[in-house]
Amino acid sequence: MTELRELLIILVSSSIVSNVVLSQFLGLCPFLGVSKKVNTAAGMGTALIFVITLSSTVAGVIYQYILVPNHIEYLQTIVFILVIAALVQFVEMVLKKYMKALYEALGVYLPLITTNCAVLGVALTNVQKEYGIVTGIVNGFATALGFTISIVILAGLREKMAYNDVPESFQGMPIVLLTAGLMAIAFCGFSGLL
Amino acid sequence: MNKAAERLYNGIIKENPTFVLMLGMCPTLAVTTSAINGLGMGLTTAVVLTLSNMIISLLRNVIPDKVRIPAFIVIIASFVTMMQMLLQAYLPFLYDALGIYIPLIVVNCIILGRAESYASKNPVIPSMFDGIGMGLGFSLALTCIGAVRELLGAGDLFGFHVLPTADHPWMIGGSSISFYTPASIFVLAPGAFFVLAFLTALQNRVKRNGEKKGRDMSKIQSGCSHDCLSCGETGCEHRFYDTQGADAPVGKVPAKEQKAAEKNAEAKEKEEQ
Repeated sequence: MTELRELLIILVSSSIVSNVVLSQFLGLCPFLGVSKKVNTAAGMGTALIFVITLSSTVAGVIYQYILVPNHIEYLQTIVFILVIAALVQFVEMVLKKYMKALYEALGVYLPLITTNCAVLGVALTNVQKEYGIVTGIVNGFATALGFTISIVILAGLREKMAYNDVPESFQGMPIVLLTAGLMAIAFCGFSGLL
Repeated sequence: MNKAAERLYNGIIKENPTFVLMLGMCPTLAVTTSAINGLGMGLTTAVVLTLSNMIISLLRNVIPDKVRIPAFIVIIASFVTMMQMLLQAYLPFLYDALGIYIPLIVVNCIILGRAESYASKNPVIPSMFDGIGMGLGFSLALTCIGAVRELLGAGDLFGFHVLPTADHPWMIGGSSISFYTPASIFVLAPGAFFVLAFLTALQNRVKRNGEKKGRDMSKIQSGCSHDCLSCGETGCEHRFYDTQGADAPVGKVPAKEQKAAEKNAEAKEKEEQ
């Protein structure tokens, strides 16, 4: 029972309280780049949930069963980045061959994710916080869920903002960053939750 | 020698990775809570950038073209791991302050960007100075942003109390002066977004003014991180990667027609509303 409680706490804290974009600044590029429309933002979020959950599983298994027994934990950065890059390619090929419908929904976003620092960030956080494999998977899922929540909210705001009269210098990226800042203030409010 | 000086000038001023090219935004926002942290992150990145540029330049004729990106990543990751161990051993306070952002230097697009666009095509000495220049430019930018955030958010600068706050007032002739109330939001996460928003707004302004005077301002990205791989802006005229796959570079096609079509669609949407 206590274990379940721990997992729930990780789920809430990684997805909302210490949100991956708004308080840890990981995965900013897709957060700012793919947030013009709610549909594409949701697609990006779903693809990221899929990839991060999978990559934290694989990275966790490799860390616990290969790196730790051989005392080569210091190779984690190199191993994780290669595993993630290979995994994304592999997932893309498998989806293309066997799951056409899923590939058509997520395929466009998969290559964008290889260079996303949130994926590597989750794998490293799992090691740093000494999470086990199951806890690591839950943490990965929760982190990606947090990303999806914030990117969908931002996309909704940007869709509304398209009709606003923005000062000349603030058109484009600056107003999006200001919006993200206000969202970060709102998410600060969750910090008392746990 | 002239070449070296030109590379340094290029990295620090002309193509400053943060202020002009807007590369590597994640560490820029995350670690600039104080000037010291910004400087530490900048210098760590600079060392990794210089060493990886040198090695990649040395190996540029050995690495096959098809596997160059994975090869670059392995070289960069090795140097990052070395820096991480050195920091852990000799500068533990910095290691604790930067935390997970040290291993994340691997995915910093400045380093892979320089490897791809400069070091893999040029001899060792210019590549080394290119790394030093870009690294110093990045350090300078992070230190500036860190200093602004630290000054506004805590009234300090490099850890010294500069502005008179209630906790550390100025004592002049027996009376204490404390007119500054720290806006601690600037040290917290939202402050990072605000500082960057004003920075890009300033870039926008400089770019607009320059274009009015007829200067070439295409270098200034004003908000684009140039990271086309993880960006979904399909109508972008700077785009050089297709969304369908990283292996299909489309070339710099100014998508004017696409833009016009988008504008039409937007106008239609507005009418419908």
